[in-house]
Amino acid sequence: MASSSASARARRQDHIATGVLTAIVAVICVALVAIVVYIVGSGAGKLFDVSFLTGKPQQFKAGGGIGPELFNSFYLLVLTLLLSLPLSLGAAIYLAEYAHEGPVTTAAKTIIETLSSLPSIVVGLFGMLFFVLQLGWGFSIMSGALALTMFNLPILTRVIQQALEAVPRDQRDAGLALGLTRWETTIHILIPSAMPAIVTGVILSAGRVFGEAAALIYTAGQSAPMLDFTNFDLSSASCPWNVWRPAETLAVHIWKINSEGVVPDLAAVSSGTAAVLMVCILAFNIIARIVGRRLERRLTAE
Amino acid sequence: MTPINQGPVSTRPATGEGDAADLRSVILETRDVTVTYGTHEALHPTSLAFAAGEVTSLIGPSGCGKSTYLRSINLMNREIEGCKVGGQVIYRGQDVNAPGVDLFELRKHIGMVFQQPNPFHKSIYENVAFAPRRHGITKKSDLDQLVEESLRAAAIWDEVKDKLSESGFALSGGQQQRLCIARTLAMHPDIVLMDEPCSALDPISTFAVEETIRSMASRGICTIIVTHNMEQAARVSDRCAFFLLGEMVETGVTAEMFANPSDQRLDDYLTGRFG
Amino acid sequence: MAKGEEKALRPKRAIERRGLAITGACVLLVAVLVLTLIFMVASRGLATFTTDGTPFASFMTGTTWNPHQNDANGIPLVGALPMIAGSFSVTLLSCLIALPFALGSAIFVVEVNPTFGTRVFQPLTELLVGIPSVVFGLVGLRIIVPWTRSWAGGTGYGILSGSIVLAFMILPTVTSLSIDAIRAVPQSYRDGSYGLGCTRWQTIAHVVLPSASSGILTAVILGMTRAFGEALAVQMVVGNAAQIPTSLTTPAATLTSVITTSMGNEAMGTVYNDVLWSLALVLLIMSLVFILIIHIIGRKGAPRG
Repeated sequence: MASSSASARARRQDHIATGVLTAIVAVICVALVAIVVYIVGSGAGKLFDVSFLTGKPQQFKAGGGIGPELFNSFYLLVLTLLLSLPLSLGAAIYLAEYAHEGPVTTAAKTIIETLSSLPSIVVGLFGMLFFVLQLGWGFSIMSGALALTMFNLPILTRVIQQALEAVPRDQRDAGLALGLTRWETTIHILIPSAMPAIVTGVILSAGRVFGEAAALIYTAGQSAPMLDFTNFDLSSASCPWNVWRPAETLAVHIWKINSEGVVPDLAAVSSGTAAVLMVCILAFNIIARIVGRRLERRLTAE
Repeated sequence: MTPINQGPVSTRPATGEGDAADLRSVILETRDVTVTYGTHEALHPTSLAFAAGEVTSLIGPSGCGKSTYLRSINLMNREIEGCKVGGQVIYRGQDVNAPGVDLFELRKHIGMVFQQPNPFHKSIYENVAFAPRRHGITKKSDLDQLVEESLRAAAIWDEVKDKLSESGFALSGGQQQRLCIARTLAMHPDIVLMDEPCSALDPISTFAVEETIRSMASRGICTIIVTHNMEQAARVSDRCAFFLLGEMVETGVTAEMFANPSDQRLDDYLTGRFG
Repeated sequence: MAKGEEKALRPKRAIERRGLAITGACVLLVAVLVLTLIFMVASRGLATFTTDGTPFASFMTGTTWNPHQNDANGIPLVGALPMIAGSFSVTLLSCLIALPFALGSAIFVVEVNPTFGTRVFQPLTELLVGIPSVVFGLVGLRIIVPWTRSWAGGTGYGILSGSIVLAFMILPTVTSLSIDAIRAVPQSYRDGSYGLGCTRWQTIAHVVLPSASSGILTAVILGMTRAFGEALAVQMVVGNAAQIPTSLTTPAATLTSVITTSMGNEAMGTVYNDVLWSLALVLLIMSLVFILIIHIIGRKGAPRG
């Protein structure tokens, strides 16, 4: 009965393989949850500490806060989205709706793919060469926002392009057959249909922008002047809205204090900052899912 | 330049198919239209004429080139990568592929209804009003009137008049298809192309759509309908064209063609030997 | 021309032209930015060889990194081999660590339990993508480095610590692309195999994985692209000693780690600064090479898919 013993062996192998696969997935899930819990947990004490969240960072003594960094992170994120959203929307519409097969389209796709695979440190270095030095903007929010825009562009373009391409063909046909232009069809029919996927993708990409540091250390800089929210003089370094001031973000702050290592309460400050960063990222993920699902529901069953 | 829908109509050329008595106005004519995908000729030279107020069925087994032919009339083939149309499509005396013809204007006058109902992700009202508004009708009262008139013409007004603000997707399949017809009729087209409009519908909805097609014809619209269903072709169409393997085999008055097919291949198809 | 009673309306063709112009301009702007980037980084990176007169060979193969000093022949000591070796080591090792996990979970998600995959696993990996690299670096500093130190002695900094941190970071990329590749295998292949009485594992090993191999290879290369270019997380745990790595657990350096630590300290126009840009250029060229490889795989894999 050679064949039956062979099939018994095959079955045994099958059971073992399934067990191994399950174990692998379990290990990944446990490790991931452990990382998140560890980060949030080790900085949990600082999460609700108002003086930490709003306070002035310290370079040489303990008890520093992350007030300016927290604000800078959100301000840079908003500016980056304002810059990258229209640009990537346009590029995605071109690629999904206007592009014909041909050398131009292939070149455009290759270039966007190239940008998406460039290391963010290279994008940051280019930002330093071009925005900081060549254009003379110095280490500034503007330089940082533009570097982040270059980092975010390929991600957003891809998300929006995929969302548009996922809209059924017959929606496009319906618009065009009514004598509408591709432009009108895209803006009024396809984008509303693709909105759930687009919004989810934009929020998820916002999370990545929020945590990005390598593109920022040589563009937005590594210093965080204390901000005065009563100051509306847009040329003043302490005016929060001044886009020409240097601005360290939460992620850059973690990197800087750890590589300098001079702050006495280094461990506590970096844990606290990492926890704040992580909670924000978690929030982005959860919001993306909730908003996406809600829009989807509104779209399909009104 | 004359607006494209004001061009002349000619009289049907005598085709020797027993319709010499029928000299109604020809609004659309195709001369040796071919369609190629890459190097494959999906439609061999096809010449047909269509009159206002008439319903023409394009019949034949699937993949025989009917839908391809239909999509070359309102230039929807241009939206398919690698698709080339040859020959002439003449609408009111003008070749639609000639340079200078306004594609968007043309598609206003030659509407299209698709195989799968494809309402927009908008309210029932907006499904109908959206395109007219994009074409310049902005007054609320005009739009209201147009929406009602179009929904009535598509025989769906009574079913939806109390829920115009609900999503078009909330309707049944048959209602969605009639909503799509209403959307097309709102453009006041001369010609409506229908690509197997009932293939996704149940018999009752099919009946409602067929009623709509007949009433469209009575209002002077030229309807060209692709169908698999021989009974449907017999019920709704005045004239008929039989396609096989990318070739237009035979055309004529539906009743005569079905009763007395002159081509053996049509006879075989009608008697169910293939297809 | 008859205007009719319709209001003066922008002609459709003008709308279409404007749409094409706007969206085309967006693509053009992105293209110009990318080309400017490549051009500027390249022209800065070549200064080492053109203005400073360092032979290309001594940059690529030199093993001594001390750009402030010259060797006996008056040529700056800018041997980049330690960093190049370091970058390739962490990249390959991290892929080696991540691959079994990525592949195993991708198979699980597609073949064993798709519901769990879409409901739980994929959202979790999306979250993993979102964790900032500095946070990974911090976790590496707190957990991985002490762990390495505990059994290997020394400082704990080094290629192994860097690779473990990177393995976590590239895991979601490799996993989700492997999932796509395995999902793309037609169901009929599986049905054919099951129809012959094969078990699930036999089907996976002999039918699904071979058919998905080019897609999985692409996933691995994209993971390598990300690992090769990752800067801060690696820099925090690799030890930053610019010497040819002789052990996985002694301090080493990568292209990115040297750039991030030194770029801020060296004035523009100095030899040291120039050679940092040359390192950046190597980084840039490598990511272009990775893309090229992906395209070649894609072209080879296409006829089969």
